[in-house]
Amino acid sequence: MLPGDMLRFRRIEDVFRTCCRNWGYQEVRTPTLEYLYLFTATGTLTPSMLSKVYSFLDWDGWSGERVVLRPDGTIPVARLYIDNLSGQELAKLFYVTNIFAFEGTGKENRERWQCGAEFFGGTRFATDVEIMLLAKEVIHRLGLSNITLQLSHAGLVAALLKDLKLHPGEEAKMTNRILEGNWQALSKVKSDNPEIERLIAELLSLKGKSSSFLHNIRASFPGASQSFKSSLEGFVNIATLLDNLGCSYEIDIAAIHGFEYYTGICFQLLTDGKKIGGGGRYDRLVPLMNGEDIPACGFALYVDPMMKLLPLEKEKKGESGILVQGKELTPEIVKTCFAVAESLRDAGYPAELDFTGREESNYRWVVLVLGKEPSPFMLTDCMQRRRRDAASMAEILKVISEV
Amino acid sequence: MKDYQAGYIKLALPKGRLLAPTANLLTRINLGLEDYGDNARQYRLCSTRFPSLSAKILQERDISVQVAVGNYDLGVCGLDWIEEFLVKYPVGAVVKILSLNYGEGGIHVAASAESGIANLNDLSNGRNDYRIVTEYPNLAEAFALNLRMRRFRIFPVWGAAEVYPPEDADLAVLWGKSGADIATQGLIPLKKLLPVTAFLIANRESLENKGLSQILMCFSSKLTTGTQASTEIKLDTLEELKVSRSSWQAKEINLALPDGHQQAPTAQFLKRTGLNLQGYSEEVLNRRPSTDLDWLGIKVIRPQDMPLQVANGNFDLAITGEDWLREHLCRFPSSPVKKLFPLGFGTVKIVAAVSQEMPVANIDELRSLVQSSSDHIRAPLKVASEYINIADKYLRDNHINPYKLIPTWGASEAFLPEDADILIDNVQTGKTLEQHKLKIIDVLFRSWACLIANKDSLASSDKKEKMEFLTQKLRAELE
Repeated sequence: MLPGDMLRFRRIEDVFRTCCRNWGYQEVRTPTLEYLYLFTATGTLTPSMLSKVYSFLDWDGWSGERVVLRPDGTIPVARLYIDNLSGQELAKLFYVTNIFAFEGTGKENRERWQCGAEFFGGTRFATDVEIMLLAKEVIHRLGLSNITLQLSHAGLVAALLKDLKLHPGEEAKMTNRILEGNWQALSKVKSDNPEIERLIAELLSLKGKSSSFLHNIRASFPGASQSFKSSLEGFVNIATLLDNLGCSYEIDIAAIHGFEYYTGICFQLLTDGKKIGGGGRYDRLVPLMNGEDIPACGFALYVDPMMKLLPLEKEKKGESGILVQGKELTPEIVKTCFAVAESLRDAGYPAELDFTGREESNYRWVVLVLGKEPSPFMLTDCMQRRRRDAASMAEILKVISEV
Repeated sequence: MKDYQAGYIKLALPKGRLLAPTANLLTRINLGLEDYGDNARQYRLCSTRFPSLSAKILQERDISVQVAVGNYDLGVCGLDWIEEFLVKYPVGAVVKILSLNYGEGGIHVAASAESGIANLNDLSNGRNDYRIVTEYPNLAEAFALNLRMRRFRIFPVWGAAEVYPPEDADLAVLWGKSGADIATQGLIPLKKLLPVTAFLIANRESLENKGLSQILMCFSSKLTTGTQASTEIKLDTLEELKVSRSSWQAKEINLALPDGHQQAPTAQFLKRTGLNLQGYSEEVLNRRPSTDLDWLGIKVIRPQDMPLQVANGNFDLAITGEDWLREHLCRFPSSPVKKLFPLGFGTVKIVAAVSQEMPVANIDELRSLVQSSSDHIRAPLKVASEYINIADKYLRDNHINPYKLIPTWGASEAFLPEDADILIDNVQTGKTLEQHKLKIIDVLFRSWACLIANKDSLASSDKKEKMEFLTQKLRAELE
């Protein structure tokens, strides 16, 4: 990333960190190198995602154990929670991290950045809404507009798949297709139960904008399975709370893919149609990783597309930046320049040195070291466009501090 | 840089099991490469029919990579090696042209009859840590991921994958003519991953830009008249298969013996020690030989695989070359493998060699030559070697920069001078190098067959006595 990119990156990071802290979340960091089995052990990540993992042998390669460059942000944080924090009733954690994916074309980035938050424990629908609102607040504070919150529900999808009564191998393949975004495959499946086919067709074609949509679905399909009804109930609770909080959203079951470990609500955030984040509930992940039966949910904001949406900013030096220049490159003048800059920084001002003699306007003040008595310094007020001589360092500090 | 104007077409042809049927095909389609056959004395061949066509004989598993990087326009090799490459690099530069309808077989996933694994569901539902041994690590990894195996470790080997289960691996991913063929090796074939035939492949860029049509027509004219090999996967049902079960029981001490060139001198040496071996001699190879010592388990595997297999504790002792031990230790310096003593046979030199045309006599002159290269962006020195870790260390230690390693599966001399600038390989007399117009510029070290041991086994109170008994028996012969 170039300096301009870093300014945007840091802005996203700063806003994200501030918001998370304000909501009571604590920052964590996980290793870049992890063992491959950490990501295969849950059986939740798709083969297609895992085939893009950078893996290699570590110092003890004879053991056959492979290490990987972290391909996902949530699983390492879940491991961190299980190993270190599982005694706590609640753990609200956030992170800024890079993730890596094998890039077969050589044209895309292999390293991407995420700002993520995870909530372990807590009541279900209220924490689901909390993480959605936290994610939305970050985006709002960054000044990004036209935010769309899309909702789907992994529990509903899993219940539908079960109701189709596919062969176990077929069901696994269908799950993979859906996770990769191929929802058409689901609509093409023939079921013995026409009610299921109608339910799938309706869910895939309609988009709701309030909890009423979910109530309507519930009323239209009274014969749906118990697991479907139970997931729908949870979905209704979330949608109703969002309605009551005045938070707009769009229910689109087929909008989301890649919700590999999610078990409940899934959401994604878009700005002007561009996907900039997503998350959801993953209650099975912690027990699958041999932790306790702790419910959890979380989200990640995708820093790279968000950076492209932020205006390019220039580093602002105009308000307080001071440039210290030497009139000549004599040892005495250079030494004085360093001493002046140090005194300014000690007094709390950013002070930059320059020995090239360039004309600079991007600063609040310029101190020119002339090196001759009785006025060894010339101080330029770049804002007022005024110049004055100064006899000492104390005089420079006095003038600057008085403005 | 490819010479499109001159229209030179380079074809990579296989050594090994596909050589004879490929030679037969080339004769039928009249490519004018008469010197290609079992008795080929040269790696380089020129067509007597097409002046623009030249060919080189390479190890089969090197061919897909060499075609992908553009060193060859066309190649013939088994679909197994092509898919092993493509599964990892799906948008690579290799295009499959057509099946050549010979070399039929398949890549199978197999388990030992004693392992208790009867079908794939046992693998995806289990929480066990499965050890998979294979010559095809990429295909094996894709298989494990597709099956959503929770925990697995892959042990790439140079060969003899069938002998590892059940003690030293839970699964093998290996080539076999059929499920029945796998079953005769004492393994239960669980799934046929891939049907295999010999294939004609092309470099994508060559196919898009070069005039290959005459050569392609020769291949396709003969083949389209026959039926293409079926690519449908037919699973052998377990009921039809007779799995030859070998009697197996865990042994206290496990010894690995080498196959290949090392087999005959090792067998002679062991005979002299008085170790009464059945199934391992100059003429006979049983992958599980037996002795009078009922506590000793013996397997015959590739010498290249031994240091890693001793390090991971599958074997307590092994007879391998010092070259392969060094190769392992260059990669894993803290590996728990120890050389006990040399055995006085299997002497080779590990050398660096270049073309006789190259104006350098030693490694210092080579370094000067690389550094004085006038290219604006200095082209990396291309280094072909079976010993990639030894080669890597040697080049780093000698400050050769930049360089690019080309891992090979033997016969590195075939790569020079067209596809590599320098090779690091073993030589016995140096005559092969001379025959290929190469010269030695440095001897890295001399290597003998040696006995290696797992350090933890040496320190184990349970094993110590028997390990000492065995090592003393071998050492006594040397005194």
